[in-house]
Amino acid sequence: MNVLAALGRWVLEGFSQVGRLSFFIVESARGLGEVRIWWPRMMVEAWNIGAGSLFIVMLISAFAGAVTALQTGYQFTGSIPYYVVGTLVVSSIILELGPVLTALILAGRIGARYAAELGTMRVTEQIDALESLGRSPASHLVIPRVLAGLIMIPALTVLANLSGVLSGWISVKAVLPVTDADFIYGAQYYWRPWDAYYSIIKAFFFAGSITIIACYMGFNTQQGAEGVGRSTTTAVVTSSVLILVLDTVLTRLLLNQ
Amino acid sequence: MIELYNLHKQFGKQVVLDNVNFEVREGETVALLGPSGTGKSVLLKHIIGLIKPDSGKVVVDGKDVSTLKRKELSELRSRIGYVFQNGALFDSMNVFENVRLGITDEAKYGDIDYCRERIAECIRLVNLVPETIEKFPAQLSGGMRKRVGIARAIAGAPKYLLYDEPTSGLDPVNADIIDSLVQRLDDELGVTSVMVTHDVRGAFRVADRLALLSEGVIVMQGTPQEFLASSNSKVREFLERDFDNPSFAA
Repeated sequence: MNVLAALGRWVLEGFSQVGRLSFFIVESARGLGEVRIWWPRMMVEAWNIGAGSLFIVMLISAFAGAVTALQTGYQFTGSIPYYVVGTLVVSSIILELGPVLTALILAGRIGARYAAELGTMRVTEQIDALESLGRSPASHLVIPRVLAGLIMIPALTVLANLSGVLSGWISVKAVLPVTDADFIYGAQYYWRPWDAYYSIIKAFFFAGSITIIACYMGFNTQQGAEGVGRSTTTAVVTSSVLILVLDTVLTRLLLNQ
Repeated sequence: MIELYNLHKQFGKQVVLDNVNFEVREGETVALLGPSGTGKSVLLKHIIGLIKPDSGKVVVDGKDVSTLKRKELSELRSRIGYVFQNGALFDSMNVFENVRLGITDEAKYGDIDYCRERIAECIRLVNLVPETIEKFPAQLSGGMRKRVGIARAIAGAPKYLLYDEPTSGLDPVNADIIDSLVQRLDDELGVTSVMVTHDVRGAFRVADRLALLSEGVIVMQGTPQEFLASSNSKVREFLERDFDNPSFAA
């Protein structure tokens, strides 16, 4: 009985959170009209996301590309033509590893930062102060962060894809007798332009989940430093899980028709 | 005029405000006294619409705050300056930008020459040196942060000023400076003020009228003289801590 009661409470709390999140999104969207307020702040946030994350995103993607190429070489040497390595590296990076790894890195880097920043602002009454001055926390704090993420995370994903593919190309040449022509032939053989759009569409949804969840958690922080820590952890864990769920759902919807 | 009618608020099972009736007349300074955790700050946040009541209503200038639409609430807030307990200054902005946000008239906010002049005036009014405007909140002492918070609250030339524990956490010298500042601003700017505090000595210095909030209920409202003459046990208990204090007697 206790287990059922706990499960019931858990389900109700889940629905309640979804309701509050929906309300938060609608309330925040109302600030979109105040372009003069959010535009300059969005540019600052976009620069912070882009410049601050570029190195780590490209580094991790480069290693992912190299490992994919090396493992492909190890598994398929002698059994299939070498050009297939080009196909596998490009497909793996662009369809899956580029967008998902970038999103997971940024969930930790950007999501944690946003949740901690806004959580600290909440517990130190800075958000209340903004409201007391008749100013909209949505246009000052939420919209710039969400829009900057929606622009920069797909852009970083494109760069991560390029980094991963280039790294895979260089790595596979070091261990297998694959020529540039083989790799390019393999990359082009199964290439569909839709793959690139799919990669960017996924990144766009991941960006939304990272930034919106982080802002929501930060905004609803309670109980001082401990609350800020809890909001930050919850934001990273929730957005990471949501990225994996969205990855599956979007793959089913966009690729398996 | 600020009027609270049967204001009731509870968080979970904890009743914080229990049918509170309270009013602040034009031009007066009212100190809302009470021990920590009795709902004084919650009451203050109701006045500016940061918290909505469970029942009852808050009326400011004839308008029920909890029923106001977004634009009306924003317009109301532009007439109220709120001084937060710890300043609530924006960490990422320097003092100039913090105080500038207090200029609630958008046309004036966009006029940088007006802003420079107004911010310099507000900084002078709170007894800070002009160089302070370049500093960030982390570079200021607790007392300076409170004064910047007051400068931000008065930047928009509000009709009402709400102070949430303006002297808490300060040493007696800095607390006296803030009390004098509150008194001087009330005189010079002619604003209507509500000061939430548990500092009896400061309240007696600054306020025209006092109210004691205890366990979610207003126990007594009246002038400082009426408080001193009161035989109410809760009032006596609260005041006597400071009656024994020689600095209060002085």
